[in-house]
Amino acid sequence: MSINRDVAVFDQYRAATKAPVLAAEHLSLGYAGASGVVAAVDDVSFKIAEGDRLVLLGPSGCGKSSILRAVAGFHTPTRGRILSRGRPIDGPGPDRVVVFQEFDQLLPWKSARENVAFPLVHARGESRRLARERADEALELVGLLRARNSYPHELSGGMKQRVAIARALAMEPDVLLMDEPFAALDALTRRKMQSDLLAVVERVGATLLFVTHSIQEAVMIGTHLHLLSPHPGRTVAEFEVTGRSDAERKSTVREVERLLVGEEVAA
Amino acid sequence: MSEIAQPFAPRVSASLVRVANTPAARRIAAVLVLILAWELAAILQNNPIMLPRFSATVLAAIDAIRSDNIVGAVWVSLSVLLKGYAIALAVTLALVAAAAVNGFARDMLQMLTAMLNPLPAIALLPLALLWFGLGETSIIFVLCHAVVWPLSLAALTGFDTVPPTQRLVGRNYGLSGPKFLALILIPAALPSLLSGLKIGWAFAWRTLIAAELVFGVTSGSGGLGWFIFRNRNDLLTDKVFAGLATVIAIGLLVEILVFRTIEQRTVRRWGMAR
Repeated sequence: MSINRDVAVFDQYRAATKAPVLAAEHLSLGYAGASGVVAAVDDVSFKIAEGDRLVLLGPSGCGKSSILRAVAGFHTPTRGRILSRGRPIDGPGPDRVVVFQEFDQLLPWKSARENVAFPLVHARGESRRLARERADEALELVGLLRARNSYPHELSGGMKQRVAIARALAMEPDVLLMDEPFAALDALTRRKMQSDLLAVVERVGATLLFVTHSIQEAVMIGTHLHLLSPHPGRTVAEFEVTGRSDAERKSTVREVERLLVGEEVAA
Repeated sequence: MSEIAQPFAPRVSASLVRVANTPAARRIAAVLVLILAWELAAILQNNPIMLPRFSATVLAAIDAIRSDNIVGAVWVSLSVLLKGYAIALAVTLALVAAAAVNGFARDMLQMLTAMLNPLPAIALLPLALLWFGLGETSIIFVLCHAVVWPLSLAALTGFDTVPPTQRLVGRNYGLSGPKFLALILIPAALPSLLSGLKIGWAFAWRTLIAAELVFGVTSGSGGLGWFIFRNRNDLLTDKVFAGLATVIAIGLLVEILVFRTIEQRTVRRWGMAR
């Protein structure tokens, strides 16, 4: 009893002191279309605390990837703002590293190890020797140390995504942005990548903003879910994933399905 | 005796077939067939002024190296070519850099490339002679024309087709300006840039030989085109053939030794080109 109460008190304390690593406030995004600006995202807000894994989940057209790209600094919001450690972001930066869905995010003229070392040298100004050592560590973390001298075209799709994840982790960003990184993989590889990613991310305590349209993937990876509806993207619901047992996950999946699919049918 | 020979013979023929099937062997065979056809045609023709025999051409080539200074002619041609090529590279670099920073410059370059790329460089020679007189400057001018437009076209296409994800990766890591160009855009566009350089080289080489044929001597010693022209005037057709063979040989040599080597070590190794 008293232990449980202490844990609860500790959780409250932690929640109060954990300043958000990243916050989006009343974010609206639009694109220049044929007839003026087309709204892609309307008034979405969220906070990500240190070590949290926030998943933006919704069908295509809900603007989840647009939100991630805005957080990365590639798009300027039409309204609202994005704060990184309390300060408004100003364009792209290596404090918010992106893992893309596309396999060609690795630079084809560099080996796996050089790909991971590249931003360490050119964005963080580390020495080549140190960068190479850290690249090896990161590749070991994703289980690809053997393939460090291979060029991207010699790697499978799953291996390429592993290298991209290693490259992002080696940068130790404030928040790791993942834009459907497993969407182009076959189902079996995807399952394996999901559990491996979870293990690595939990081990290094990375903070994650993860975009997906797969409910299973969202419930598996996220600590927090943010559900979006399409055209334009609006917040449907947000909640914390508490239970991690199979039964609890299943009930979370059912709840998400009710919220997302039910809403779509009604609309 | 037949007992020993029989198991041995098929093995020899099998390995012979294997050797004969390699690409190198097939190429050598093709060359041998061509040489044989040439030799036969020349014997049938029986007129060394119209068509010298292959054997006569080989002897003429040896004679040209010994006493006619064909090596000097090659050197004259190559040094003019290298000068023109280097200037063309610098000009292209300036044009493409301007196009990269300025939208109007880009439109201009695209239009100029579209207009001037189809114009054979040698067609500009009369104009060049009018502007720059009889000499190296005129040749270098037409050489530049032969290289700048195809190379610019290749560079523009190359930069345009850099995968958007790779651009975003560069921006994500905070790269911009010259660093972005050197670390992302140029290597990503390398297949296109290399093929532009290769096309530029081939155009420059044939333009140079053609220009030398038209007005021959520059500054005392002539190039390879002049060597061909002079020997034709003297009706030394075997030396004309030797000159032509040298043109082919140098073209192939640069293609294989320089460009193929660079490609093998870069874009092919990286899987960016087949």
